[in-house]
Amino acid sequence: MFKIVKREEMAEGTVILNKIEAPMIAKKAKPGQFVILKANEDGERIPLTMADTDPDKGTLTIIYMVVGKSTALFKTLKVGDTFQDVIGPLGKPTHLEKLGKVVCVGGGTGVAVLHPITRALKQIGNNVTCIIGSRTKDLLILESQMKAASNDLRVCTDDGTYGHHGFVTDVLKEVLEAGDVKLVVGIGPVPMMRAVANLTRPFEVKTLVSLNPIMIDGTGMCGGCRVSVGGETKFACVDGPEFDGHQVNFDELMLRLQAYCEDEKACYEDYCTLREAT
Amino acid sequence: MKEKAAKKEKVSRVAMPEQKPEIRRRNFDEVPTGYTVAMAQEEAARCLQCKKPGCVDGCPVSVDIPGFINLISQGDFTGAIRHVWTKNALPAVCGRVCPQEIQCEGKCIVGKRGEAVAIGNLERFVADWERENGTGALPPQAPSTGKKVAVVGSGPSGLTVAGDLIQKGYDVTVLEAFHKPGGVLVYGIPEFRLPKAIVAQEINFLERQGVRLKVNAVVGRTVSLDELFEEGYEAVYLGVGAGLPRFMNLPGENLIGILSANEYLTRANLMKAYRYPDVDTPIPKGKNVVVLGAGNVAMDSARTAMRLGADSVKIVYRRSRDEMPARAAEIHHAEEEGIEFFLLTNPTQFKGDQKGRLTGMECLKMELGEPDDSGRRRPIAIKGSEFHMDTDLVIVAVGSGANPLLTQSTPDMELNKWGYIVADPETGKTTKKGVWAGGDIVTGAATVILAMGAGRKAADAIHQYLTWGW
Ligand SMILES: Cc1cc2nc3c(=O)[nH]c(=O)nc-3n(C[C@H](O)[C@H](O)[C@H](O)COP(=O)(O)OP(=O)(O)OC[C@H]3O[C@@H](n4cnc5c(N)ncnc54)[C@H](O)[C@@H]3O)c2cc1C
Ligand SMILES: Cc1cc2nc3c(=O)[nH]c(=O)nc-3n(C[C@H](O)[C@H](O)[C@H](O)COP(=O)(O)OP(=O)(O)OC[C@H]3O[C@@H](n4cnc5c(N)ncnc54)[C@H](O)[C@@H]3O)c2cc1C
Ligand code: SF4
Ligand code: FES
Repeated sequence: MFKIVKREEMAEGTVILNKIEAPMIAKKAKPGQFVILKANEDGERIPLTMADTDPDKGTLTIIYMVVGKSTALFKTLKVGDTFQDVIGPLGKPTHLEKLGKVVCVGGGTGVAVLHPITRALKQIGNNVTCIIGSRTKDLLILESQMKAASNDLRVCTDDGTYGHHGFVTDVLKEVLEAGDVKLVVGIGPVPMMRAVANLTRPFEVKTLVSLNPIMIDGTGMCGGCRVSVGGETKFACVDGPEFDGHQVNFDELMLRLQAYCEDEKACYEDYCTLREAT
Repeated sequence: MKEKAAKKEKVSRVAMPEQKPEIRRRNFDEVPTGYTVAMAQEEAARCLQCKKPGCVDGCPVSVDIPGFINLISQGDFTGAIRHVWTKNALPAVCGRVCPQEIQCEGKCIVGKRGEAVAIGNLERFVADWERENGTGALPPQAPSTGKKVAVVGSGPSGLTVAGDLIQKGYDVTVLEAFHKPGGVLVYGIPEFRLPKAIVAQEINFLERQGVRLKVNAVVGRTVSLDELFEEGYEAVYLGVGAGLPRFMNLPGENLIGILSANEYLTRANLMKAYRYPDVDTPIPKGKNVVVLGAGNVAMDSARTAMRLGADSVKIVYRRSRDEMPARAAEIHHAEEEGIEFFLLTNPTQFKGDQKGRLTGMECLKMELGEPDDSGRRRPIAIKGSEFHMDTDLVIVAVGSGANPLLTQSTPDMELNKWGYIVADPETGKTTKKGVWAGGDIVTGAATVILAMGAGRKAADAIHQYLTWGW
């Protein structure tokens, strides 16, 4: 059992932060790694990146968007409640290297995934520009944390309610044109990561993305998480989740994420109706 | 004596009652329902009590088969189960899943003239009898040695080591990557063949003896092998199985609707997705399902798909019936349940629609040529035999390999060229000090009983090492 010791709602309750007691994992976790959580006996195994860890206190932090039945169930958990299972740390840690000028681009809850990576890249001496965005001001998360984690923070909103009016890629383009960028890390919804990779390709700037295919075990045993990278099949849970954005087949990933869409939509709707009724 | 034998040969084997095919093909309840006491004793009476029994030679762990069968005849079921336990810690499992027809029953003297004694059924009977009627008394335990042993992986191999060493007085902890212990017994083999309550009880039996279970512990990630030694474990047994799914590497294999058998069966068994949406994990429900391969894993996948409501389920296999590696009983059960067999057939590519969903498969007909390395005749494609097969769900069950997760993080342990751990076949000793290994991670995908046999040998070797230092 893994106890929730802190809970916050962000982005108008669409995004939830949980700090969870998991000392073994907190001690081992590195930026870029994820955990798999299961709320109860009949629950689904849900992969979520660790947005932060505190090895001394033995806690880890997850930040997730409520998109379906399992994340809706997670949302109902209060401080003091427990997750039945937390497994990790899984996946390869981010390869951290001092390169000079680095740009971290985050969209939606991808910002949460980006946070520990940004902080680590800055800590080892990179000059980190961070560009984060959301649809609208109220959905923006972790602004102050990202400011602290980077050397220069730029904010965008699709509707112009805050910061730059437009997409993160608009700002990224300006930064790339200014030159000297050694690495771009782009994490967010698949279309955003694809746009980032397409944008950096002509600049020949190395681009890392973090992929989020459907997973079960997270240890390389099922192959459900397979993605095509450079024409080869990779298992995102053990070979990734970070890959060279210029090599990833994003179209395939987009399609594969829809595998259970219809079933899950019905299941989620039933769950919501049930919860409203009781 | 001769006359008695001759008379017995004519008595045919007592069939185990089972659910009718047309009913069971749509439910997940166990197929054979077990012998009654009368049936078991009638079947036990067929045993000749041979002086030189073939069956014992055929058993990988040398269970004294005539011995326990004799005790069943006498009605001493407690004695019978105790007798089996001295060699086999998981008889309720083995009675259900061992390929008896090529082991004990394949060598049974009665079987030379007629049907072999139903040894598997009898083994299952005594184990079930004990579970339902026994006292649940724990086996005697040696005084504590004060030494800690870690077992990585909770499949049949790891569980055997844990059971043996706890009885020898060690402090045993089993570390399991999944959230539930049991290995293939819980995530792979379906409920209708091996009820999960049975596995759970075996594990509970170990816990009652003092074995500690740590689930959600991915060794190589959550904790490394070297850290286990730092934590005070003096010996480590690796029974991590061969859980790396193999794919066909054909065009279109990443379409939605193509799953490894590992994924499909894990969803169905471990995550109980056949109860979706009562549980939260979904599973694809195909109408025209194709299973690639013809081993136990393929049969289990095909029969699961049928139970999930498929209109048709086809086994597609590139060799012929004689080469199918599955247990005879499972092939028979699958056929009875309406699974079709497309033998000497090989897929060449998968076809999908714009949404990336599988719609069909291109195939070639094959014929058998000269024997290959495995001694089986090599399948060769027949020119111009291309044909199309409609399908919306393909389950790939063409074998598995060694998962590198743990071994990659342990560079000082020797592996063979396929990534399996190199271990002494007699003791399970690896090239890393204090580390033993056995089961599928050493032999490649094999059987429950071989994994258990390797576990027993390793447990003996670990005991020696911790007692005498070698
Ligand atoms: C390595 C990894 C790290 C992740 N980290 C985070 C994180 O830090 N924060 C966060 O909010 N989410 C993260 N995700 C995504 C998260 O796991 C999914 O949103 C979650 O599984 C959805 O479960 P659900 O039952 O609530 O929704 P479902 O009912 O399963 O799905 C609802 C909708 O979300 C889509 N979906 C399903 N699975 C995924 C998935 N894996 N990724 C994206 N969309 C999906 C479906 O197509 C469907 O339309 C991560 C995924 C991976 C693989
Ligand atoms: C679907 C299916 C049907 C089968 N049917 C039969 C049958 O009818 N008869 C028969 O005799 N055999 C059958 N087999 C084969 C048999 O199940 C295996 O040979 C046997 O289970 C191997 O046992 P094991 O203990 O070596 O490994 P497994 O049973 O594979 O157990 C290994 C365990 O280790 C865990 N693990 C892996 N890596 C780590 C890690 N890094 N850290 C912690 N834990 C880890 C795994 O999660 C797993 O629980 C079948 C196999 C399958 C898949
Ligand atoms: S070989 Fe057959 S008849 Fe002889 S002891 Fe074994 S089970 Fe009995
Ligand atoms: S999640 Fe199963 S192999 Fe990656």
